[in-house]
Amino acid sequence: MPYISLVLSIYNINKMVFMMKKMKTRKNRSNAAISRPILIVGIVVIIVFTGFLALTYQGTQTPETKTSTVSTTSTVSSTVLSTVTTTVTSSTIQQQSLTLNGAGATFPYPLLSTMAFEYNKIQPNIKLNYQSIGSGGGIKQHTAMTVDFGASDAPLTKTQADAAQNTLHIPVTIGSVVFAYNLPGIQKGLKVTGPVIADIFLGKITKWNDPAIKNLNPEIQLPEKDILVVHRSDGSGTTFVWTSYLSIISSEWNTKVGSGTSVQWPIGLGSAGNEGVAGLTRGTAYTAGYVELAYAIQNTMSYAYIQNIAGQFIEPTLDSTKAAAEAASISLPLGNQSWTSVSLLNAPGATSYPIASFSYLLVYKEISILPSMDKTRAKALVDFLWWAVHDGQNLAPNLQYVPLHKSAVAVDEASINSITFKGEPLKN
Amino acid sequence: MRTFKVKRFLHGDNLFKLLTAVFASGVIITLSLIVYNLVFESYPVFDRFGFGFFTGVSWNPVAGRELFGAFPYILGTLVTSIIALAIAVPISLGIAIFLSEMSPSAIRVPLSFLIELLAAVPSVIYGLWGLFVFRFWVVDFVEKPLSTYLGFIPVFQGTPFGLDVLTAGLILAIMIIPTISSVSREVLIAVPNSQREAAYSIGATRWESIRIGVLSYARSGLVGAAILGLGRSIGETMAVTMVIGNAIGSAAIPTSLLKPSQTMASLIANEFNEADPTSLHPSALIGVALILFIFALAINIFARFLVWRVVRVRGGSV
Repeated sequence: MPYISLVLSIYNINKMVFMMKKMKTRKNRSNAAISRPILIVGIVVIIVFTGFLALTYQGTQTPETKTSTVSTTSTVSSTVLSTVTTTVTSSTIQQQSLTLNGAGATFPYPLLSTMAFEYNKIQPNIKLNYQSIGSGGGIKQHTAMTVDFGASDAPLTKTQADAAQNTLHIPVTIGSVVFAYNLPGIQKGLKVTGPVIADIFLGKITKWNDPAIKNLNPEIQLPEKDILVVHRSDGSGTTFVWTSYLSIISSEWNTKVGSGTSVQWPIGLGSAGNEGVAGLTRGTAYTAGYVELAYAIQNTMSYAYIQNIAGQFIEPTLDSTKAAAEAASISLPLGNQSWTSVSLLNAPGATSYPIASFSYLLVYKEISILPSMDKTRAKALVDFLWWAVHDGQNLAPNLQYVPLHKSAVAVDEASINSITFKGEPLKN
Repeated sequence: MRTFKVKRFLHGDNLFKLLTAVFASGVIITLSLIVYNLVFESYPVFDRFGFGFFTGVSWNPVAGRELFGAFPYILGTLVTSIIALAIAVPISLGIAIFLSEMSPSAIRVPLSFLIELLAAVPSVIYGLWGLFVFRFWVVDFVEKPLSTYLGFIPVFQGTPFGLDVLTAGLILAIMIIPTISSVSREVLIAVPNSQREAAYSIGATRWESIRIGVLSYARSGLVGAAILGLGRSIGETMAVTMVIGNAIGSAAIPTSLLKPSQTMASLIANEFNEADPTSLHPSALIGVALILFIFALAINIFARFLVWRVVRVRGGSV
């Protein structure tokens, strides 16, 4: 009997200990179960709080850095906004609507998207979808016949034209490229010549107070600092225009580097996009780079006056770019001819800015070659093109684009008139 | 008889098996299609330049003067990745040891969570942060002292600008720390407790027990973790493109830490969009992609193998 009670009591104690252990572990576990989510939530709160702190700190930061970020984001958001509004308005149409697809250069994108928006107000059932994938991409899509029109800053080369036969070049706007720099205390208006720019980009002129720059700007106190050259890292129509100019003006550049949408830069830092070069140049002292005029104006960058063929130092503006276009393009080829040799670079005339270029839309002359094309679409495309080179040009100056001049419009008119659908002319 | 067989074959379980097999083989098919495409598309450039494509330093896409050599970008990729590894491995190892051996469980969970969170940050955000914030810290606190006091050494020559090999390496280090530390932690946890107990039983201190019992046991797994990190840093594109300076051709050979350079991934990201489809340029870029693909594949297979060797032991014996 005592033996049994002993066993029983041991059993009971064991049971109690077991239960206590169990309770303890449950308690522990429940503790952990509560604390884990709390910890995770806590971490999230801490991260959000840090972000908030950073935000308030940002507000007290030096105004210089702040404005730079704000200006870049505002340009981005405005383009985003414009595309958003385009889609919104077009969705309110009851009529059978159609979408024209284009793809290509980034340079005319703000202009083309504004055109799309405005044209949609006039022709509510026609929507324009333009993807700014780059000139090379535009040519690729055009050649593959996957878009209704392509866009490129550079005219098609011989091989490209052979791959996409019967392509019409339709100049849609004119752009210019500026030599932008960041010299603390020095505003726009540094005077440079083409050969000086070439030497800077070749790495032969390395200091800002090099005699070659100094002699052109006796009135400016130039710092003894290294020039940090900034160029595009991505292939680009802007690079094509810039390197073409340097190749014309400097034989050394022509033999060593040459011209193209991307080249082998002897020196310098690469940054993606006009906005990338603009951001780097604005944000860092003693840099020199090249951007489209529109970006230089929007970002209030300092840019140089460049000597033209008449010996004048010309400020890059819409007017001086237009003067270059008018002076250079007295005899433009027809749309269906080769535009490879067309150049607005180093144009004659006392007021011409030397680094200007057309931006082209690429369309097939016989439009039925596109698999997705029917007669209604073709007619809509031709009508849009006609509008773009006429009324659409009024939108250009506000966006810092140069409107087409008369002789270019005349060539465009002839080209658009020559577009056919199964041999039938579309413009009447 | 025949219909009976078909019926039995179409039984739910078999269908399910078939379906999963299709999904699984999809991965293999995708991979082989990628290889096929890379080889097919890059064939013209290898045909034209042969072995010179690996050793050449020129990168000239200008029509009529085409000359492509991938050497600077192979070197740029390796140098930035090695810098990243040299910085990230000791830090990650410390994190992993702390998490698996030292930390109380109350800290372990949130800390592991935070580290995983770091791995989830998209690389473009690292890139933006690097470009707008981190770059200036690197210039002020690392590069200026380096170029002032050690500027006589060729590796530290150049103008401190913040968009160069060093910044790219540092950004990569931050990006691969989560990968390396979480894999290392897994490896260390997988080390059987008998290893630690054995070390303690012969009178080892805590550090000695970790060194003798744990680290040496897990060595190949830890190397694997580091190499997984290397794999990630080699393929990293966006963040690197934003801070490496994107030089081209012979200017991209990373002779100094303070010089802009270019990696294989950033070169492709930069140039592919605008490459003229009628020229050799796209083919050359795809050739670079092929080299990158082989690098990444080899590194990942090697690393997985090393990790697997440690983890397998735990599953079976001991």
